[in-house]
Amino acid sequence: MAGVLRRIGRGIGEHVGRVPNPVSRSTRAAHARVRDADVTVTVCPYCAVGCSQLVHTKNGRIVNIEGNPASPINAGTLCPKGAATSGLVSNPARLTTVKYRPPHGTTWEERTLEWAMDRIARLVKQTRDDSYEERDGDGNLVNRTLAIGHLGGATLDNEENYLIKKLFTAGLGIVAVENQARI
Amino acid sequence: MTLSTSDRSPLTGTTGARAGALGFLTDVSLCIGCKACEVACKQWNQLPADSGTGITGLTGFSYDNTVDLGATTWRHVAFVEQAATTVDRTWEAPGAPGSPTAWLMLSDVCKHCVHAGCLEACPTGAIVRTEFDTVVIQQDVCNGCGYCVPACPFGVPQLGDTDRKAHKCTLCYDRLVDGLEPACAKACPTESIRFGPIAELLPRALDRVEQLQERGVAGAHLYGDRAIGGTGGMEGLNALFVLTAPPEVFNLPAAPELPQRKVLPALVSTAIAAVAFILGSGAALRGRR
Amino acid sequence: MPGLGARLGRGGATTPLQDLANSDCVVIMGANMAENHPVGFRFVVQARERGATVIHVDPRFTRTSALSDVHVPLRAGSDMVFLGALINYVLQNRLYFEEYVKRYTNAPVIVGGEFRDTEDLAGLFSGYNPDERRYDPHSWRFAGQESSPALSDDPNQDAQAYNQRVGRTDHPLRTDPSLEDPRCVFQVVKRHFARYTPEMVERLCGVPTALFLSVAEAITKNSGADRTTSFAYAVAWTQHTTGTQMISCCAILQLLLGNIGRPGGGIMALRGHATIQGSTDIPTLYNLLPGYLPMPSTAERHATLASYLDAVRAPTGWWHNAPKYAVSLLKAYYGESAQEANDFAYDLLPKIGGDYSFQPMLLMMKDRALTGLFCMGQNPAVGGQNARLAREALAKLDWLVVRDIVETESATFWRDSPEVRDGSVRPEEIGTEIFVLPAALTPEKDGSYTNTQRLVQWHDKAVEPPGDARSEAWFVVDLARRLKDLYGEETTPAARQLAALSWYYPTDARGEPDLDAVVAEINGYAVADGTLVPGYDALRADGSTACGCWIYSGIMPEPGRNLARQRAGDARAALDWGFAWPANRRVLYNRASARPDGTPWSERKRWVWWDAGEGRWTGHDVPDFPVTKPPDYRPRDGAEGMDAHSGDAPFVMLADGKGQLYAAVGLRDGPLPTHYEPWETPVANRLYPDQERSPTAKLLERPDNPYHRPRDPRFPHVLTTYRLTEHHTAGAMSRFVPWLAELQPEGFAEIDPVLAARLQVSSRDPIVISTLRGEIETNALVTSRLQPLQVDGRPLHQVGLPWHYGFGGIATGAIANDLAALIEDPNSFIHEGKSFTCAVRAGRLDGRGDATQEGEGSP
Repeated sequence: MAGVLRRIGRGIGEHVGRVPNPVSRSTRAAHARVRDADVTVTVCPYCAVGCSQLVHTKNGRIVNIEGNPASPINAGTLCPKGAATSGLVSNPARLTTVKYRPPHGTTWEERTLEWAMDRIARLVKQTRDDSYEERDGDGNLVNRTLAIGHLGGATLDNEENYLIKKLFTAGLGIVAVENQARI
Repeated sequence: MTLSTSDRSPLTGTTGARAGALGFLTDVSLCIGCKACEVACKQWNQLPADSGTGITGLTGFSYDNTVDLGATTWRHVAFVEQAATTVDRTWEAPGAPGSPTAWLMLSDVCKHCVHAGCLEACPTGAIVRTEFDTVVIQQDVCNGCGYCVPACPFGVPQLGDTDRKAHKCTLCYDRLVDGLEPACAKACPTESIRFGPIAELLPRALDRVEQLQERGVAGAHLYGDRAIGGTGGMEGLNALFVLTAPPEVFNLPAAPELPQRKVLPALVSTAIAAVAFILGSGAALRGRR
Repeated sequence: MPGLGARLGRGGATTPLQDLANSDCVVIMGANMAENHPVGFRFVVQARERGATVIHVDPRFTRTSALSDVHVPLRAGSDMVFLGALINYVLQNRLYFEEYVKRYTNAPVIVGGEFRDTEDLAGLFSGYNPDERRYDPHSWRFAGQESSPALSDDPNQDAQAYNQRVGRTDHPLRTDPSLEDPRCVFQVVKRHFARYTPEMVERLCGVPTALFLSVAEAITKNSGADRTTSFAYAVAWTQHTTGTQMISCCAILQLLLGNIGRPGGGIMALRGHATIQGSTDIPTLYNLLPGYLPMPSTAERHATLASYLDAVRAPTGWWHNAPKYAVSLLKAYYGESAQEANDFAYDLLPKIGGDYSFQPMLLMMKDRALTGLFCMGQNPAVGGQNARLAREALAKLDWLVVRDIVETESATFWRDSPEVRDGSVRPEEIGTEIFVLPAALTPEKDGSYTNTQRLVQWHDKAVEPPGDARSEAWFVVDLARRLKDLYGEETTPAARQLAALSWYYPTDARGEPDLDAVVAEINGYAVADGTLVPGYDALRADGSTACGCWIYSGIMPEPGRNLARQRAGDARAALDWGFAWPANRRVLYNRASARPDGTPWSERKRWVWWDAGEGRWTGHDVPDFPVTKPPDYRPRDGAEGMDAHSGDAPFVMLADGKGQLYAAVGLRDGPLPTHYEPWETPVANRLYPDQERSPTAKLLERPDNPYHRPRDPRFPHVLTTYRLTEHHTAGAMSRFVPWLAELQPEGFAEIDPVLAARLQVSSRDPIVISTLRGEIETNALVTSRLQPLQVDGRPLHQVGLPWHYGFGGIATGAIANDLAALIEDPNSFIHEGKSFTCAVRAGRLDGRGDATQEGEGSP
């Protein structure tokens, strides 16, 4: 494709057309905004087809996301969701701060991430300690808590699923760990 | 329904496009209506949703909720549901393999006409023909007069709600400059949208039409070459379409004409009418005397 | 998916998406591939352009149907009748692939004398216990076998853990190679499906006989030595009380046609989330450990490590190696704390004692048995069945941590839910303490996804996440650090469990862990010096190796060489693009792509073959077979593990290495698929009038989760839920994105023109859809793409309802799942969202508008 264009592209200034028109400054300066961008390879976050994407960034900001032509799966193409990935990342509704709602509260309150993590850790310990069963009612060794649960994983990374299962189940005895596989 | 091309060979295949012209070939028989082209276009060109970030309503027109090409929608997928009968009951016609329904989807776009009405109508020189033989509205020149809007037989350029300037597909002029194919064609998962030199797309389109006809798609024809454009001096389009139903089904004019071509006849008829009116008035006046 | 697992050995898709382009016929059933996997569908389009026949069997005419050669509209929930009739057609007309069936499936094996089929017991198999709604599968054994046919049969487990589905053979299987013995599998299967006739398809599915026959002819004409047919399915098969058996039924059909393990064949399981396959392989599921090892339970055989290992070690087949994988996992989890002397800390692993899968979890929450919940990228307030119950459950929690990218309905239910808006619940009454933590998106972190074809692909971090947004890896590692600090020197059992956990992940300045360390742990390493293992063959059961997920072993064979990050594609198997488990094999069971003697079935369908000169299997793919085992290898008596499999046994995970046309183990609802009506149905089961519905479906009926009785005149229509191209799952990733929201801006329900005329509604008119779980108001979308069907002599209307919508974001709509019920397939514990019953009326929920009431039971 680039070859085709190079063969034809002579520069707009040389072209007059049937109706000669002035070529404006912005037209003369036109170029793809990915021209000098950094390129990173990622995978579409939506369905499980696994389309490869190119993320173009400038100064640490995403300027474009499009399909990766090298992929044997999508060969540069995307569906509308995949094509909207940059809009997902820079979504006006995107959360960037912690929201906290105390019991019986009627509005969100802002909290720092540090405060929230500290509070969450304390709640986990409290609920876990209050409900921990070393043995069940029949005397079986179970080392578990049924009072804490987890949902999610199908949209996270494999490595994150590994860490969640390892910490929650093997480390904390949380057994009610589930994801969207049954949805 | 009458087929506009029925009295001509669907394989005519001539174009007035310049050597080296680039354009699109959009094939309805491969379109899955996913709208990747609509979104990829908006993503690359940073076009907002038609109502910004606000809520739009359901149109109820099949799966089409962006309705038309416009200032912020430069690719638009039309959805055409065709019932075999108005109220079909499959059990009343058993033994007929296949569906009682057809669902046609077509991604429409600016035609980048060989004779572009918008360009000819533009009084400021904002609309230019590029080195790729595509037609582009230069935003830093456009003054929003809107003359291009009625000059397009396809209803493509529209004025933006906020900036009041005319907008339409640029055939990703900025990408072409850097050797990248247009965003819509690149995204299309099924190669329903192809991009390339018209000199290559036209024979490909003709082959495709022939292939579809061999498979029994009797209505397959090419839209966008001289065969349909002659009447208005369109010469041809740099966005070709392989259609499997008459163009009107997709809201495409069967015989697009440049409004400008109607100006002279219109002037003449207006003059005749005026003369007749004057003569008539005179006669009346005379009669009154 | 246990439906594939029980018959083929593994639950994953058998083939890459690209391989669909090699098909001569593609049947898409239980899926709407063009809409929900548009980019995958391009290979179907390619196949069709090369001359393949594409068939779409679906209640609705969708964007998939539009690009298919044939669309077969059928009643939602009647799929097994259709599939069973295809099997019957193949058997009655002797159109099966005879050599493949005789050599690669268990067709010749003799079934034990105790077995009674549904033919003999009016719709039940032998061994049924009506009080427990369970089967004792002992009578399903093959002839001459003495012990329990299954390694274990644990009611707390679904059938995904391999030990639930792998048979135990303690004596050689008796066979009749002629397939004539009336008790051989082939004859049992033939008798079982004899009543699945084209007439029954017409009667129960609403599919005209001629249309059915055109499908039967297409798939049989396009199967054999030189041609292959593939099937693609998605959750429109899984989401039934008989969903697992629908998929297993497809596996039987594809085995009979000789289409498994061959290019252009197979069963394409289309998954719907970026790594739903990965999150099952490396599970965040209550009953599984990584690599499909079962989660230990309170059952006696899991009481000690020795008994657990004995229970997971299959005498024959690949799972003979299970102890190596289990002990290596314990070493990965508990490190230094796991020593031979303490049974590798086996006792520290929690034991399950019940069904804690997603649906029962909601009930545990509502009943206050579960009081603290993490929600990471899941939105049960919209996505949970009986979604109002799900929101009531969230409102009963003490605390809830939501990690997501926007304020999902699960984060804001206390303020914005329909029940708060209509005043029936006040926020002040909801005591849940809620934390919403912003999450990082894919381009903002490193990590891997496993796609629908078992392909692990790495994504590189492009930018930092905004503000307080962090990855889940950051969250888990940070939480672990805080908890370790909080427990300090405590010596309670709870503290000891956490203290024993091996948890050393280097972090960067922002606290993000080094994921190479995690991948290395998943890959496996030698405990002595940390050397990475080259693959799972190197794992040991003596504690000398650690491995986080044996089926992913080999993904990082050397430090820094992450094969998920391979990015050299090609048009064939693309072995250098990503890493496919297991061992980078792309087409599973590919030994079957060659004849029993090891030569290709045909030039056109060449894939993997035996190179006699080199003495090894070779080809376009990584052989899914012991690479030097000759085709004519025959096991000696008493051989164990893989040595017990002959050279013509392509299904290496199974006890005998053969495709299981009849599965003596692994499926809770019987060794053969049987058509049971959906739990809620307007139709009588004409195949099994005495056993209309699944005898083993797990019922969760209670006042807040009521069911409709069959043919309940109050709920005359079939409701089916589905997705749209323009949205994603419960909407957090699409309804808030303007570019996607405008494409499908509001909820709607598709109804056929006949029903619309009777209700006197047009598109965009409000309608109310109701079940005993709830009522929702939505827009009518009247379309001839839905047609009333003639079922059992009566017209039947189907209502189509996209389930993406909720009250948050830009594109909003009523929550479809407010109508659905909690109920479980006995094998997978998946609900029945694809077919239940409903009523429809015109007008608004609050009664405004002229509601046209339907007469009860009127046609």
